[in-house]
Amino acid sequence: MWRNTDESYGWVTILFHWAIAILFLCQIPLGYLTQATENRPALQFELYQWHKSIGFLVLALAVPRLIWVLLTVKPRPLPKTTRLEAIAARTAHLVLLLLTVLVPLAGWAVASASPLRIPSYVFNLVVIPPLPFTPSERQEIFWSNVHAVLAYGGGMIALVHILAALRHHILLRDATLIRMLRPHRD
Amino acid sequence: MLHGSLLSGAVAMLLLSGAAWADTLADVAGRYAIAPSSAISFSVGQVGGGGISGKFPKFSGTIELDPGNIGRSRVTFTLAPGSVTTGEARVEKFLRSDAVFDAAAYPSITFRSIRVTQLDSSTAAIDGILAARGKSRQERFTATLVKYDGRNVTFHVVGDVLRSPYGMDVGTPIYSNVVKFDMIVQGRKF
Ligand code: HEM
Ligand code: HEM
Repeated sequence: MWRNTDESYGWVTILFHWAIAILFLCQIPLGYLTQATENRPALQFELYQWHKSIGFLVLALAVPRLIWVLLTVKPRPLPKTTRLEAIAARTAHLVLLLLTVLVPLAGWAVASASPLRIPSYVFNLVVIPPLPFTPSERQEIFWSNVHAVLAYGGGMIALVHILAALRHHILLRDATLIRMLRPHRD
Repeated sequence: MLHGSLLSGAVAMLLLSGAAWADTLADVAGRYAIAPSSAISFSVGQVGGGGISGKFPKFSGTIELDPGNIGRSRVTFTLAPGSVTTGEARVEKFLRSDAVFDAAAYPSITFRSIRVTQLDSSTAAIDGILAARGKSRQERFTATLVKYDGRNVTFHVVGDVLRSPYGMDVGTPIYSNVVKFDMIVQGRKF
């Protein structure tokens, strides 16, 4: 039930997947809005705090999830999966797994490199210290670009990933998506 | 050696007598215009230590110290929030914007004393109405006389002002609701 088997994803994998997927997908428009609200500074400030808080939550989930994925078995590919499809899916999953860690890390780097030194006060509950950077505008811009490229790149890969899942469900009518919704009952 | 200790003894005497003869508020009574050499400094703490500190370089005001009755003294003060400096252009832009001062719509912040209470020979509490961003509220500052040369007077003025009553509490609780003013106010007799 909780662990994966050869046939089925367990609840740990499923809950990690959907919690991180939903938060990650919300973070992209939220991150975009922090850039689009330049002329509404009070709103922009609030959006930044939500963006940083949710981002740290993603990081807090993505790190144990990465460890979990590396330690646990994966269900076998469904019958009729071609070798190429299996490799493409594996690669996309690996890249997405890494990006759910790297994108918030890069965001943390932006906040740490910024001369504004705005504290990261996650959900107004915990102060996360900055990474040990010497703040400078150059560093901030660099990490901001890294963060944006990784985030939008991740969004694009996620889009392909979602379309692939829908293709399996709607066109191929196989159990790929169902497997990620609930564990198989033996 | 002997000379040295005699000398330092004399210096100590001088310093002591200086302290004993320090000017009192009553001694410096008069009407003063607040001079541009004053430093209107403030700081706002942030969670985890540190914070934002800055100055308002544009201001004006008057101090009238009643010779007979310090309690009847008056202070008026006006500052231009748009002049705020913090050493970080983005912070200044944010402070001037409608998120905080809304300096375009409210170009000045004013303080008008309603009561001056002498606390000791050189210190007084100044209660007055602070008007900022369309809201008025009573605030208290404490002024200590530090220097007087017959024409120019220097006070060290401190006071804590809450941001929320003025609708300027953006960024709390990351940034404190309390603005700490720590000012050197210099007056020139007129
Ligand atoms: C799942 C995690 C995250 C995602 C998907 C994400 C996504 C994004 C996106 C799409 C942008 C807009 C980029 C642009 O248009 O320039 C952005 C901006 C930003 N994010 Fe994140 N972010 C995440 C986590 C974080 C974290 C944890 C922090 C800080 C602690 C952070 C700080 C920032 C900052 C400061 C900006 C504005 C500067 C910039 O454009 O890079 N983000 N984010
Ligand atoms: C609504 C959107 C999504 C749907 C429908 C969806 C669907 C799926 C499905 C069906 C699988 C299982 C694939 C297989 O067994 O080969 C899966 C795995 C995975 N998905 Fe998604 N996904 C979505 C969003 C996301 C997002 C946004 C991310 C990352 C940011 C993501 C990352 C992953 C990863 C890393 C795996 C592999 C999981 C593991 O091995 O534990 N997914 N997804």
